[in-house]
Amino acid sequence: MDALIIFGETVLGMLIDVLPIAAILIGFQVFILRRPIHHPGRVIFGLILVLFGLALFLQGLELALFPLGRLMAEQLTLPSFILGEGVEAITAFTWSDYLWVYIFAAAIGFATTVAEPALIAVSIKANQVSGGTITVNGLRFAVAVGVALGVALGTFRIVTGTPLHWYIITGYVVVIVQTLRAPRAIIPLAYDSGGVTTSTVTVPLVAALGLGLAETIPGRSALLDGFGLIAFASLFPMISVMAYAQISEWRTQRSRRKNSENSS
Amino acid sequence: MIAVLKQFLRSLLASFKDLLPIILVISFFQLVVLRQPVPDLGQILAGGVMVLVGLSLFVQGLQLALFPLGEEMAYSFVRKGNLWLLLLFAFTLGFGTTVAEPALIAIAQEASEIAASGGVIADVEEARQRYATGLRLVVALAVGFALLVGVIRILKGWPVQYLIIGGYIGVVVMTGFAPKEIIGIAYDSGGVTTSTVTVPLVAALGIGLASSIRGRDPLIDGFGLIAFASLTPMIFVMGYGMLF
Repeated sequence: MDALIIFGETVLGMLIDVLPIAAILIGFQVFILRRPIHHPGRVIFGLILVLFGLALFLQGLELALFPLGRLMAEQLTLPSFILGEGVEAITAFTWSDYLWVYIFAAAIGFATTVAEPALIAVSIKANQVSGGTITVNGLRFAVAVGVALGVALGTFRIVTGTPLHWYIITGYVVVIVQTLRAPRAIIPLAYDSGGVTTSTVTVPLVAALGLGLAETIPGRSALLDGFGLIAFASLFPMISVMAYAQISEWRTQRSRRKNSENSS
Repeated sequence: MIAVLKQFLRSLLASFKDLLPIILVISFFQLVVLRQPVPDLGQILAGGVMVLVGLSLFVQGLQLALFPLGEEMAYSFVRKGNLWLLLLFAFTLGFGTTVAEPALIAIAQEASEIAASGGVIADVEEARQRYATGLRLVVALAVGFALLVGVIRILKGWPVQYLIIGGYIGVVVMTGFAPKEIIGIAYDSGGVTTSTVTVPLVAALGIGLASSIRGRDPLIDGFGLIAFASLTPMIFVMGYGMLF
């Protein structure tokens, strides 16, 4: 019964989220452009699916994934797990004590990005528009690798306590250099993939990990460091998506060269 | 009927594949690394089924409603040929979808408390409320502005990197001048604007525009709206912090 009430509240929240969008779309289409909506039944059915799908999805995450993910982030950053049984507080440590934290950060960053609905949407569109040269799973994989690297490096930064802006500025410089060299067609998509990763699934789990780290290591601020991880998660996908395009271009060029050598 | 059911089952299977990495990672760490039993297994299974069904319903609805709607509107605007109307639509879409965003409401509330405790505004309910509402309006304005400029970019065929790198420079310069308390909130507000419903619509709009205008490539010109929409709020919010 309680679950039903909570689900009702989630649907209501989604409705408030979606209603202004629907109002804008229908208002412009019907009253300003004066064009009927094609297949209105299908569109309305689709909107209902989106609404209920997202409500179910969020509710399920709240029930299953988030509590477990938060618990694990807590356990993994516990002093007794990092430095062995019986250790109550962290005073002396080296960055390599946190190896499992980096691995968990990378793994959970990768896994949650693959399930991110907004990224699925963008990948489907990119696949259609590129005529199949960009595959849905290829793009998602490239973005997920970027998030994995970014979040792992972000946890490393929290552990070592090095300043955030140096990492971010270096990242920006890499992005700019890659922009000059990468195939032109991938650049807008790479930029967009930075924005879509900071969405419903990844952020809560990654933030929980940052919070756990910041709370147990002396001298770290929960507010500042939790935020830093998200910045990493939206920067690195741009680099990895452009790198993915650069590598595949380089490989086709190399195989073309080989072919022309063989034939001559 | 059977065809619909079959398609639903197929999309369920696809969603299961999407969620499989999370299941593997969580169980590996829980059972092998942490060596802890999984608590509340029943609840987690129930939640997992909800996530699975929800994700496949969402993807179905995406293809049925959000994508065709966004693209159809883009075509209608191009056919109508009224630039001002298109720009008005872009702005309204950005503003309207952002101003009601629950994540933004939460962040604005938090920001007003930080500002009140930092002595930037008076620590009374009314002043906090005004600050929070102002912040929400500023972020929504920023997203509206981003879509407006992004649409102009598609029409003109400007390369996206000029806008984005220009935006980065704007962010860095503003970071140097803005008050310290606002910076974290400003950076966060960039992320919250790209919600799960807005992203597919905005992507479809951009691609629809780029593919119905001659000489524009949907891949090169159609993408990039989302990136710009998560950049401008940072600049606008830091500007808001400087005004107070």
